[in-house]
Order: sequence, then C-alpha cells, then structure tokens
Amino acid sequence: MQTLNTKSAVFTEQMKQTHTILVPNMLPIQLKLMIAILENYGYKMELLETEGPSIVEYGLKNVHNDTCYPALLVIGQLIDALHSGKYDLNKVALILPQTGGGCRASNYIHLMRKALKNNGLEHIPVISLNTMGLESSPGFKITPQMMYQILYALILGDLIMHLYHQTRPYEVQTGASQKAVDNCISVISKEFNGRTAFGSRLMDKLYDRVIGEFSAIKLTGESKVKVGIVGEIYVKFSPLGNNNLEEFLLSENAEVVMPGLLDFCLYCIYGDIQDRRLYGRSLKAAVASKAIYKFILSKQRRVLEKLKGHPRFRNMTDFEETRRGVKPYINLGAQMGEGWLLTGEMVELAHSGVRNIICTQPFGCLPNHIVGKGMIRQIKEKNPGVNIISIDYDPGASRINQENRIKLMLAAAK
Amino acid sequence: MKELFLGIDIGSTTVKLVAVEEQKIVYKKYERHYSKVREKACEMLSAAKDCLKDKLIKVALTGSAGLGVAKAGGISFIQEVFATRKIVEEMMPDTDVVIELGGEDAKIIYLSGELEERMNGTCAGGTGAFIDQMAVLLDVTPAEMDELSLKAERLYTIASRCGVFAKTDVQPLLNQGAKKEDIAASIFQAVVDQTLTGLAQGREITGNVLFLGGPLHFFKGLQKRFYETLDLNEKTARFPEIAPFAVALGAAYHASNTNETYSYESLLQALQKTAGEVNTTHHLEPLFENEQQYREFVERHKKSDVIHQNLEEYSGAAYLGVDCGSTTTKMALIGEDNQLLYSYYSSNKGNPLVIVREQLLEIYRLCGDRVRIKGCAATGYGEELIKNAFHMDFGLVETVAHFRAAKHFCPNVDFIIDIGGQDMKCFKIHNNCIDNIMLNEACSSGCGSFIETFAKSMGYTVQEFCKRGIMAKRPIDLGSRCTVFMNSSVKQAQKDGAPLEDISAGLSVSVVKNALYKVIRVNSADDLGENVVVQGGTFLNDAILRSFEKELKKEVIRPSIAGLMGAYGAALYAKEHTSGSSTMLSQQQTLEFTHSAKSVRCGGCTNHCNLTINIFSENRRYISGNRCEKPLGKGESKQLPDMYAYKMNRLKEYIDMPTLGNRPKVGIPLVLNLFELLPFWYRFFDVLGYDVVVSGVSNRAVFNKGQNSIPSDTVCYPAKLVHGHVELLAEKGVDTIFYPCMTYNFNEGHSDNCYNCPVVAYYPELLSANMKCLKSIRFLMPYFELNDPKALAATAYNYFSKYLPAVSRTDIKKAVDEAYKAQQAWQNDITDAARKTLEYAKENNLPIAVLAGRPYHIDPEINHGINQLITSYGMVVLSEDCVCKLTENQKVNVLNQWTYHSRMYKAAKFAVETPGAQLIQLVSFGCGIDAITTDENREIVERGGKIYTQLKIDDINNLGAVKIRIRSLLEAVAEGEKNADIKH
Repeated sequence: MQTLNTKSAVFTEQMKQTHTILVPNMLPIQLKLMIAILENYGYKMELLETEGPSIVEYGLKNVHNDTCYPALLVIGQLIDALHSGKYDLNKVALILPQTGGGCRASNYIHLMRKALKNNGLEHIPVISLNTMGLESSPGFKITPQMMYQILYALILGDLIMHLYHQTRPYEVQTGASQKAVDNCISVISKEFNGRTAFGSRLMDKLYDRVIGEFSAIKLTGESKVKVGIVGEIYVKFSPLGNNNLEEFLLSENAEVVMPGLLDFCLYCIYGDIQDRRLYGRSLKAAVASKAIYKFILSKQRRVLEKLKGHPRFRNMTDFEETRRGVKPYINLGAQMGEGWLLTGEMVELAHSGVRNIICTQPFGCLPNHIVGKGMIRQIKEKNPGVNIISIDYDPGASRINQENRIKLMLAAAK
Repeated sequence: MKELFLGIDIGSTTVKLVAVEEQKIVYKKYERHYSKVREKACEMLSAAKDCLKDKLIKVALTGSAGLGVAKAGGISFIQEVFATRKIVEEMMPDTDVVIELGGEDAKIIYLSGELEERMNGTCAGGTGAFIDQMAVLLDVTPAEMDELSLKAERLYTIASRCGVFAKTDVQPLLNQGAKKEDIAASIFQAVVDQTLTGLAQGREITGNVLFLGGPLHFFKGLQKRFYETLDLNEKTARFPEIAPFAVALGAAYHASNTNETYSYESLLQALQKTAGEVNTTHHLEPLFENEQQYREFVERHKKSDVIHQNLEEYSGAAYLGVDCGSTTTKMALIGEDNQLLYSYYSSNKGNPLVIVREQLLEIYRLCGDRVRIKGCAATGYGEELIKNAFHMDFGLVETVAHFRAAKHFCPNVDFIIDIGGQDMKCFKIHNNCIDNIMLNEACSSGCGSFIETFAKSMGYTVQEFCKRGIMAKRPIDLGSRCTVFMNSSVKQAQKDGAPLEDISAGLSVSVVKNALYKVIRVNSADDLGENVVVQGGTFLNDAILRSFEKELKKEVIRPSIAGLMGAYGAALYAKEHTSGSSTMLSQQQTLEFTHSAKSVRCGGCTNHCNLTINIFSENRRYISGNRCEKPLGKGESKQLPDMYAYKMNRLKEYIDMPTLGNRPKVGIPLVLNLFELLPFWYRFFDVLGYDVVVSGVSNRAVFNKGQNSIPSDTVCYPAKLVHGHVELLAEKGVDTIFYPCMTYNFNEGHSDNCYNCPVVAYYPELLSANMKCLKSIRFLMPYFELNDPKALAATAYNYFSKYLPAVSRTDIKKAVDEAYKAQQAWQNDITDAARKTLEYAKENNLPIAVLAGRPYHIDPEINHGINQLITSYGMVVLSEDCVCKLTENQKVNVLNQWTYHSRMYKAAKFAVETPGAQLIQLVSFGCGIDAITTDENREIVERGGKIYTQLKIDDINNLGAVKIRIRSLLEAVAEGEKNADIKH
C-alpha cells in the first residue's frame, strides 16, 4: 500500500551535471529547438522519438484507463524508455509540462510519479515544466533569459512547421521539405550553441534563413485540398497521439494546415487578463500577463511581417485576429484545456478559406465537449460550406474508423 | 465488347456486388463474408462469371473493409457515404434525408438545405451487429425477433448509446420475466433513438426520408419504429427494394467515370493478388509454442476437479444450489461429502424459470425416495425471482457463493476472478473475508457473451471458435477497450486479411486484458496474491485460460466446474446453513408450477420504476424491478435518514414555491452546479423582484425532450440532462433563462485550487450554441465567481445593468448580500441535518453509507434511486458535502484543484474516521476527473482499513450490479466484525 505524501524524488543541482532528462515527444520540431537552447545551460536532454505498441501497453498498465489518452501515451513512452535498457536508471530524470488549468492534464505529473512508484522507480526525479510556480526543482530553473530564448525557439519552430506544411505536399523531389526542416534545425542549433545572449538581430537572420530554405524547394504547382487540424494539444501535434494523421492526409493528397504552438502560449497568458476582467481577480497578475502578452505578440508579429506578401507562402494568422474572431462564438472566459482557442482556431481556418477541418481529441476529453464538439454546429451554421469532423483518439479506437471518416470528408471536398 | 460497370461493397459483415449494363442492373448478390473478406470477394466475382465474361469491366470498390482490398489490388475506391449520396442524387433526387444502417456503421446524409454527411462516432457501436447480438440474447434469430417486435404492447427504455449498454438493460428485463415481444420492439426503438441522438445530433429529419442498408430493409419492426418516431407516412418514408445494394450501386456508377478497364480474368487476378497481401496488424506471441506445451497445460488443469457421483447411485441428504446468472442458469446438487451429484448449465433462453422448473422435476425424478433435499439456495441476478418462485431456503449474493466454492478448491485463496457471460467479477480475500470487489463497468461488460456472439456471427460455436485460436501462430492485437471498439479492431484485422485462428486467439487475449487492466487494473501479477482461482464459463475455454496465465505470468487454478462455481458455492452454503429440512416446492407443486408476468409502471414515487409482476401458481405474486418497499404493499416502512432524499426534498420546495403573480419571471434549470447554487440565485432574483421558475425534477422523459440537441455523445449523463431542463423551461413559457458559466467554484480552503470541471464550468456555452429554443429566449450566461462578494456585486452590476431594466448598484448589492445569506443558511441546514443523521445512526446502531458524489448526484434520474436502495439495506445515507464540514482537510498525492472532487477526499477521510461508516463513491460515466479521484479515494479508504466501493452510473437504469456491490460490502463488513469479535 502506498503511503501518502512520501517525498517524491527531487532534481537536485548536482543532477544537472550527471543526469539526462528524458522529454516525451509532444511536438517534434518545437521541442528539438527548445532542447538545443536548454543544452546551452548545461542540461543534458533527450527527446524520445520512440514508437510502437509497447508504449500504449505500458500506458495501459500504469495509468487508470479512464484517464485521457495523452496521459497514457506520455507516461507509457517514458516508462517504455526507462525499461529499454538504454539509460542508466540512476542518471536519468523526466520532464513533463504542467499548465495548472482546470483540465485533467495538470495531473499528469502526479500520475507519472504513481507510475514510477509502481515500477519501483520512485528514485527517478520528475521535473514539472510550468510557469505558475506549481512545483519547483532546485536543479532545474528557468531564468527569464532562458524563457526569452525558448520563446524564440517556439517562434522558429512554428515558422518551420508552417512552411513545411506548405511545401511538403507539392515538393518535386521527395524528401526535400523534410531535409529543409532538418537543415533549419541544425543551423539554428548551431547558432544557439554557446550563445547565452541573443536578440532580435540574430532572429531576423534566422527567420530569413528558414524562409530562404523553404523558398528554394522546387514545387509542382498543383493545388490540393487544404485540411486544417485543430484539437487537444497533444493529439493535435503528436504523431504518436494521432496515428500519424499528417502523413495520412498527405497520402490522401491533402495539404495540412495547422495553427502553431505559440498561440497556445498566448492563450494561456491571456487567462489572467480575462480573470481580472470577468471576476475582478488579481490586478497584479493581469498587468504582468498583459505585458508579457504584448511582448510575445510583438515577437510573433515580426515573423508575420517577414512573410507578408510572400509570393509563395500563406502567412500565419495574427493571434489578436484569432482572439477577436472567436468572440461571436464563445466567451474568452472559457479557458480550460484549449478553451476558446480551439474554437478560435476552427473559426480562423474557416475564415481563411480552409473548408475542411479535423477536430482531434482524446476520447472523452472534457473541455472539448464544449469548445470542440459543442461549437461545431455553430461554426458550420455561420460559415456555410465548411466541413468539420471530430475524431476521437484512444488506445482502442481503430485507425480504419478514423480514416474512413476523414476519407468521407475528403471525398466530399473534391 | 460491351461495357459493364461493377460495384463491390465490402462492409464489416457482408459483401454486396452489383453489375450494371446499359443503365440496368444485370446482376446482384449479397453474402456474409465471415471475416474472409478477400476470399469472399474473389468467390463472388467468380460466381458472377457468366455475366461478366467477355465484357469491358469498369469497377469500383467501396465499404469499410473495401478500402484495404482496393489499395492492395490497385482498384479504384470510393468512400461509401459519398457513393450513397451520388446514387441517391441520381436515382431519387427528391430525397431530403438518407438514413443508412449497415453492419456496424450508421450514416445520415442531409441532401436538402446545407449538405451534411455524417457517420456514427466511435462510441456509437454497431447497428446490424447490434441487432444480431440482441437476437442472440433473446435466443431467437434476427428474423424471429423482427416478428416478435410487431406484436409488442409496450416499450421499455433501453440505453441506446451502444450495444454494450443496451445489453445491460435488456438482461434484467429478461430475468424479470418481461415479454420478449416488448423487448424486441424496445431494441428497435433503441436503434432509432441512437440514430436520432448519435447521428442527427439535433438536426431535424423531415421531408422525404430514404432508408438504406440491410437492417432497415429486412426488419419490418425497425421500419415501424422509425415510422412512429419520425411521424412518417407511406409517402415520406421510403424503403426501396434496392436498399441493401444501394451503396454497391453507387460504386458501380462511380466506376463508370473511371478510366481503367478490366476483363473478367484480369479483374479476378487483381483481386486474387490481394488475398496474399502482407498485413500491417500488430501481432502477439502465440498462446502455445507447440502441441507438447498444450498437452502439459491440459494435464495440469485436470487436477482441479470435484468428486463426481451419479445421483442414481446415491442415497441420503442432498443440497441444491441454483445460480441464475444474467445469461445462463447453473444448478448443482451435492451430497454429504460435497460430491457433485447432478449439475446443469444452460443458456437462459430468455426465461430462467422454465429451465429451473424442468431441472427440478428431473432432479426429483432422479432422487426418487433415496435422496432428500435438505437445503437449497439461490444466487445470481435472478436470485430473488428463483427464491420466491420455488420457495428456496436461502438467497445469497453471488460474490459470497463464488468465494464459498473457490475455498473448496483452494482453502487459502487470495484472489478470485469470474468471467461470466455478461459480468466480470473479481475480489480479493483478506482475513478470510471478501474484500475489494471489482465488477466490470458497463463499458467493458459483455465480454464472455461477446466472444459467443462473435463466434456465432462467424458461423462457429464458441467452443470451436476458441479452439481454433489455441494453435494460432500470430494472434492479433485487438486492444482492450470495450467490445464495440474490439468490433472495429476485428474489422481492421479482417481488412488486413487476418485468418480466423489469429482473430480468435487475439479476442481471447483481449478479453483477458480487459479483465486485468480495465477491471482489476493490476500493475504486476503479485498484486493478485499467491493463490488465484479463475472461474466462470468463459474460463472453460483453454485459449482464454492460457491468455490469462500468459498475461499474468503465473499459473492459476481453474476448477473443472469453472462454470458451475456459483451454483456449487450456493449448494455448499445451503448445506452449511440447513435447518434440517427445506421449504422448496415439492415434486407435485413443481409439476403444477405456472408463471406469468406483466409489467407495470410504479406510481409510488417519482422514480416510476418499471415493475414486473410475476404471478406464480397458487396466485403467489412476486414483484421485481422495484427500488424500495412501497409497491410490495407492505405498508410504509420506516424511512431511514437519507441526506440525498433530504436535500432533494428541500430543493423541491423551490420548484413548488408559489409565484407572486405579476412579477417578471426568470427561469433556472435545476442541473449540475445549480443543485448547489439554487438557493443562492433564487434569493438573488427574488430580492431583485423576479419570480424564479425552476425547471423541475429530472426523469427519463425530461432527458428525451432534450436529447436531440446533444452534440457530444460521450459527455456525462448529468450534462446531457441539462438539455431537457432547458426545454422544460421553454415549455413553461419563460422568456429569460439564467445559467451562469463558472470557471471557479467556492474556495473552501481544502484544495490547491477551486475549479469546476470544464463541463460544469462552461455547459451554458454549449447550450447557447446548440439549442434552437434558446434563439427565442433571452439566455443569460454571465461568467461569475462567487468567492468575493464585493467583486461579484461589481461584476453582477456590470452585467445585469445591460439586461435588466432599472436595476441599481444598491439593488444588486442587496441581492448579492441576501443571496450569500441564503446560501449560508442552506449549508448550515444540511450540515445540521447531517449531524442529526449521524446521531440517529449512533443511537440506533446503524451502519452509515457516505455516498460521495457531486451535488447533482442527488437527482433521482442521475442516481437511479441508489440512495433508496442503500437505505433499504438498513444503512443511513450521508452525502459528501454535508460531512465535509465535520472533518479536517485530507492531504492527497495528486493536484487537488476541483472543489467538488476535493470534498470527496474529505468524505473519504470522514468515512475512515467514523465508526460504522463506509465510503461509497458515485462516479458518472465519462467523468474524466474521477479517473483521478477514484484511485485517490480508494487509497485513503484502504489505508484506513476499510473497503472502498465505487458505483459507476450512467443513463442505465439497472441496479443489479449496484445491489451486488452493496450487499457484498455489507457482507464483508459483517464478516469483518465477526472476525474481530472472535479475536477479542
């Protein structure tokens, strides 16, 4: 029987030197860049790119099966890695994000610890990656400077993803787009390497470099059906979570459109502002958040300017536009899980002419009952001709059912 | 050469082939493929040779299993719904809506207005397959079930979400003796309801409706239900002759637009090529490496046997046990040395009474004058019915019966798992008493009978089917969720061309995984303890037994009478407790025994239970389906204190409150968090000069009113009910409805944060986006937080000054102040009532059930009268919110940030601390947060040395599983006390 509140293992300052931090694969491109930055500060990190049935297997064994699919996969992937024999179990730590919102996801870290205990691995420290001060690890501190650089990594990651989606379906030479992604990541990592201070000048250079890289790819010039992907953040981005949805759509001759990760960060930060506005909660938090919000927004706009009027590439959407666009649909107070942002992304896609949208979520996702499935009818009503399907992901959901529904949407689109 | 267009529709269960020449159908065929998708397609093509040879063939495949074949053979494919739409537009252009039900998919297409095509979600299960499954349950063919349904007199409510749920509703009806005719029609009605809620999702079905697909073509009873439910007539409802072939025909039309042409030979070749295609499914290890290993396995299990003696050779006393389970009836007669004299195992065939009577007569005949039955006991789902019908001496809860029997084979048994037709039961044995009972939730149920139904649908008996799996080389990994999901995994495997052996073995592994990871939720084999006894008919299959041992990496004991254990245990119990003679009906009385049943709806209270009145010979009556004593006519028995009933009655006062006439009205739905906040908002509007109209008390009819605007079929039942309440308010003619969004709940200082769950927090948003009636009603859904009265007064003024005329800042401030007072008074009142209840329990030495749920669980339609059931077992009932103030904070291992859920942790602590109290946690199906709280509560309770009980509830109105749990809990508590007494 477990005892309560036994102290969970702490990631100490010494461990920074000795331990490798394992990162579950949530967003392939963005996380790689983030790791490149953290490595500059002396952390050893490894992004898990494992797949295969044993991940789900470990998840099912270690997490309450009614818990949502992402928890199951994230924890399954980490436990799977620990059992792989690849790591010295005395020199490894884990990291998990924790948003502290009203959705179950805030509890992943506790479920992770329970799972470690069940496997007799409670000595392995789990680091909480959060900005709310929910938990802290003495050996893992994110300084404002690091935050600032991670922000850049996210912006670059979003940009790479955005451009990749636009070239990949049309590339003349197979693999050219993926090569561009790899090139960009390696160039950026090299630029970041050893630099603990950099600013917008370097960023400008890197933006140009990334855009240049993708502009050089030869395209066929055909036109394909655009399919937007929105949803719960893990299943939206992680191929492990969505049965390689992106690859499937590509094989079905579609172009994927996917709003980026930075939007999610902005949405989270906006919560404090909204709490003040709606309920008269902390003014201090609202003022601070507003400042950060504006700052990040200005950084995002810098990229938008670079892409503005680009002969080849469609621009990203300004977050303020997404935020304003959603107002006729749902109150900005709906802020659990992906909250109003999810509705906002569907609206944004519909407005920008993407008429086919897949709303992804783990089976039984609580916020998505409201902000996803609950809003679809309304969006369709207000934007005739837009087709939205909702797909549930789950260890037991079969791919054929998911793909058949997507095929139906695509058949109608052609 | 003439051109011919060929459409082949390969669905989940059948292959349909249509050939079109010069706009005419020249050939059509419809056959089941029994999972041999590719072979069947080739076979059917060959059968059509005469028609196809020497033609220029253009072909297209369609259907869920057609996709893989098309890919493998490089043949053109068209998505089936799309194919359907094309053909309908072509042939029947005045159609407004198409409803197509297939083997496992259901589709709807809206043609007029905004074009919309939809398929059932993942959780909506099969339709044709569902009907097949139900027919098996009724022990009739699907065609017979159709016949029966036409003679129905009444309809029962059967959960329509998916097959598994429906089954849980049908089974008790059968056991209670409801008429098959009525059940058959109710099953079809469930299909209709599912189509309307799951598929149409609120969009109306009007105009000319075209019905396609096999089930809608073949089942007249299903057609009738659609006619009545949608209010259609001969003109608007269309059931064309071509229905089963429509999709294939659509594919044929699509084929006419393709470029590739085939000859008969080249097409056959292309199809044959696919038969040998490598597949992509995940595979598992084989169950046995070789024959030798299998033989050793069989030998080992032979050792766990009972002594058998022929009844005709025995004389002396005998004891009878009857286990009337959900799908099967088992009987065992034992002698003085526990030897098995006679046994019986059979499917209920819809009426267990007939079977038991026949068997009793047979036993009496064999007993002659030599053997005297000195005691008998009944157990299982039908325990009460059998006990009453035949005057049995004892009735015992099935967990006790199973434990009794398991002990016989393994005196130091630590863990028992029983997988029967419908249920999976596991329990740990601790200090020689039953502890920690785990029953499958509705969602993973039906596993034993799932294999059976599946085997039958493939044309095998279950024994044959499982046997095929024993030597499978590459069992398929089918996942471990509910059987509906397994259905789709099987479909996927079929698509990939997996052989039957591998599917069979894979299914066995899945059933086992389901038991281990869904029901028992083991982390390692050691969790189960040293000595594991497995039983239940399902374990008689070696493939399942082997999968279980493999998965557990441990050898277990399977008694040779695995399927009879309940009956054997009951017989042992009867022997132990006999008074020396039995009250059972005599041979003559049994011979004269008759039975008839009629069903009525109880009017005793708002639960309106579906009662079945069984009338036996000598005019004896037995009523089943009741939750309380009322309909039994024993007069008003003394009602024990029950906080659920108390709170609900207090809220009803608000509903019945007379309105003051000419004041303006505002409607408030009695749903979700408003079950707690009604006193607050009622007072608030009262002070502002409004009459508050409360929607009312939920019941099934209220749910039905709103069911067609529910956009997410996996949301919890309490949320689904909200739609009905809004409709109720609309009917009551209110022009304003107030229902605030609340991210935050009360901060009660016992949690890290004070959130509501996302569904409670933002459900008004969903209503406003999906409910038509709200377009003509002013729907006020401000975002409010109640933790800071001053801030609320400010935000409320900002909000209401826009909507309510002439309201001043002072008015609002006064209303807010008064509202807080009302809320405080309400809280104090229920805490006081809880204290009194506690004292009452103490004075009368009564056990206490701390029934921990959320405020809205007091809704009788949500808890299905569980609180009444508990008091009928002699426990007083407390609720989580009222005991929360009576104990200290509880520390937990998880992020504790939802107010309602954090109360349950405190309730668990309270239950641990209070002598005579037990925690019973209510969990609504689909409550994701409870996935976290249940584990945590279990830990708190078990650490305190008590037994954790969880009751999962949904729209299912069946308390069978709940009864077993509560009775087992009481039994375990009593045993525990007895043991403690002995020690002292």
